[in-house]
Amino acid sequence: MEQELLLWVRGTGLQIAAAVFVFGMVYRMLHLLMLGRKMSLAAPRGSEWSGGLRTMWKRSFVSTKLSARGNFTVIAGFIFHIGFFITLFFLSQHIELFRAVLSLHWPAMPRGVIDISAVLAIGAMVALLVHRFVDPVKRLLSDYQDYLTWALSFLPLLTGFMLLREIGFEYITLLTLHIASVELLLVVAPFTKLAHMFSTFISRWYNGAVNGFKGINI
Amino acid sequence: MKEHETLEQRLQEQGISRRSFLKFCAAMATMMALPPSSASAIAATLAKVKRPSVIWLSFQECTGCTESLTRSHSPTLESMIFDMVSLDYHHTLQAASGFAAEQAREDAMKEFHGQYLLLVDGSIPIKDGGVYSTIAGRTNLDMLLEAAQGAAAIVAVGSCAAFGGLPNAQPNPTGAVAVSDLIKNKPIINISGCPPIPAVITGVLAHYLTFGALPALDDQGRPKAFYGETIHDRCYRRPFYDQGKFAKTFDDEGARNGWCLYELGCKGPTTHNACATTKWNGGTSFPIESGHGCIGCSEPKFWDAGSFYAPLPAPTADVSSAAKAAAVIGAVAAVAVGAIDRGKKTQAQQSREKLTVDDLKGE
Amino acid sequence: MSLDDISIKIATDLNSIGSIDALLNEIATRLARFVATGESAMIDLKSLPFSPAEYEALRTTLGRGEVTARLETIGDSELYETHYPGVWWVTHYNVEGDVVAELIEIAAVPAILHSQPEDVQDGLERLQQQLSKK
Repeated sequence: MEQELLLWVRGTGLQIAAAVFVFGMVYRMLHLLMLGRKMSLAAPRGSEWSGGLRTMWKRSFVSTKLSARGNFTVIAGFIFHIGFFITLFFLSQHIELFRAVLSLHWPAMPRGVIDISAVLAIGAMVALLVHRFVDPVKRLLSDYQDYLTWALSFLPLLTGFMLLREIGFEYITLLTLHIASVELLLVVAPFTKLAHMFSTFISRWYNGAVNGFKGINI
Repeated sequence: MKEHETLEQRLQEQGISRRSFLKFCAAMATMMALPPSSASAIAATLAKVKRPSVIWLSFQECTGCTESLTRSHSPTLESMIFDMVSLDYHHTLQAASGFAAEQAREDAMKEFHGQYLLLVDGSIPIKDGGVYSTIAGRTNLDMLLEAAQGAAAIVAVGSCAAFGGLPNAQPNPTGAVAVSDLIKNKPIINISGCPPIPAVITGVLAHYLTFGALPALDDQGRPKAFYGETIHDRCYRRPFYDQGKFAKTFDDEGARNGWCLYELGCKGPTTHNACATTKWNGGTSFPIESGHGCIGCSEPKFWDAGSFYAPLPAPTADVSSAAKAAAVIGAVAAVAVGAIDRGKKTQAQQSREKLTVDDLKGE
Repeated sequence: MSLDDISIKIATDLNSIGSIDALLNEIATRLARFVATGESAMIDLKSLPFSPAEYEALRTTLGRGEVTARLETIGDSELYETHYPGVWWVTHYNVEGDVVAELIEIAAVPAILHSQPEDVQDGLERLQQQLSKK
């Protein structure tokens, strides 16, 4: 039974999840671009392109002085995203998956680095959830989707870490749970706030381009 | 037909000393993964038991399981088969053939009804009435159902009998199934593997004789003593997995240093068997020790679980094509729906009433 | 091309693995108990996952002591006391010379070396039979 389940999540399950993810993301991003922006009739005071690209780049770094959200959210958010990124793209097991699906591969990071990244990412996520409960403003702003997307991003990290250390369950059970949790994330991502994994760069470019057009240099 | 004597009587007749018997039991304890100190207790029990009648039926199989058993290093096949059990029917090993052979099977089934141990290797084809494998003009299905009725317990030897194995792999043209798919009212013990480790086959028989019952089984019906842990758990290369040191090809530096074979398709982490400790060929080695990953042969559906050389994280189905098709459909949908939405937007803009200075004055 | 051209490295750095140390600790604990209470013990070596190099390392570490005994019964058995008195290395072979059981036994004398009461009884009967013929 457990072998059949693993076989399904490695085969049909992954096919479905990947198809839904790619379909959803392509649809949503292209649709966003198709709607377009209203033509501005004003004379441009600067370049849209340089403003857009600069903002895309600059917002990849922590800038607490401009943030209205507070240092804690920004720093914990960065730690989570970087930890998640490193574990996703630099664990050798994941590179094997990318090699099989995309025929692309790159060097892995040592296991120590992966372990630290994963622990930091998990810790940051837990801290962010607690903060969301404790902080009255955040609590008021949160809706079910915030908790859903938190859980969907947290489960792959948690099951993945348990799998590497073989904590709690057998390898096969943990592997099945880990792959299944990722598939759930893939299926839901395009249709929730998680779509920001692609749209964030589009919106950054948009903000930067508007400012660039107006000649505002930030 | 002769009444089966006890093992002690049998050994005495052959002039085998008590000390030899103790040594034999020490080997048994090792084989059954019992504490070595239990050898004397095993000796005390084994000496008293009557040798059970064993009927061995070979169905849709390659005889690899029998080959494996005949290479069982401890005890030797001779002592195992002729001293510990009374093998009354095995159509490959027995001297009799034709009608005499089938007669022996029927006699044993009648004589020891309700007491004999039924060993089965090979899967059972059930499509089209089971015509795809027959012995002496009778289908395997028919023969199994008949022999199972009088069996005290059934031992499914090998992955084919235990889980369907190779004949059961996609697209399964003969409708091959496992013993446990057909027999529901008898205790069944699965000794999976392709082939199973010979010492495991004999170890289970020894356990049955010593304790008069089948050993503790896992959820796949396999004896926990042998299938309780994964190859990965007991692998001497495990520390390299934990350190993230992997061989990338079969002849690179990592392979020569004996690093983990995970990326070369080793299925050790998801495979339950005793290869890493019991080993093969009289304790010589096991596949990973010879530099080849585990292919997972003791697990159900292992033939359908993708290439033996694809690592565990690799998908078992074509994900790339599915994703490409999805991308095309997504793009078409986005352009179509986007065009409609754009049209709506323009229409809304055009039909909007413009605010005039007069409107403001009116307030 | 000769065998030497095939580059085979014998793993020598075993400190990172540590399973030998674990086993030696186990032996030390059992030996201490034997000294204190006289309780003998056996450790099944075949149930432990060793690489060939680790196995050799264990053999070298325990070494060979003063006594070696050989059984000639359903194949040979070799029993020798290691460099540490009271710690015996027991290897049972079958008729074909394959290892069928390999144990570390902690005892004054390995149990199987003792004459078995049934065999002694049987031997006595044979001796008496021999004498009564005269």
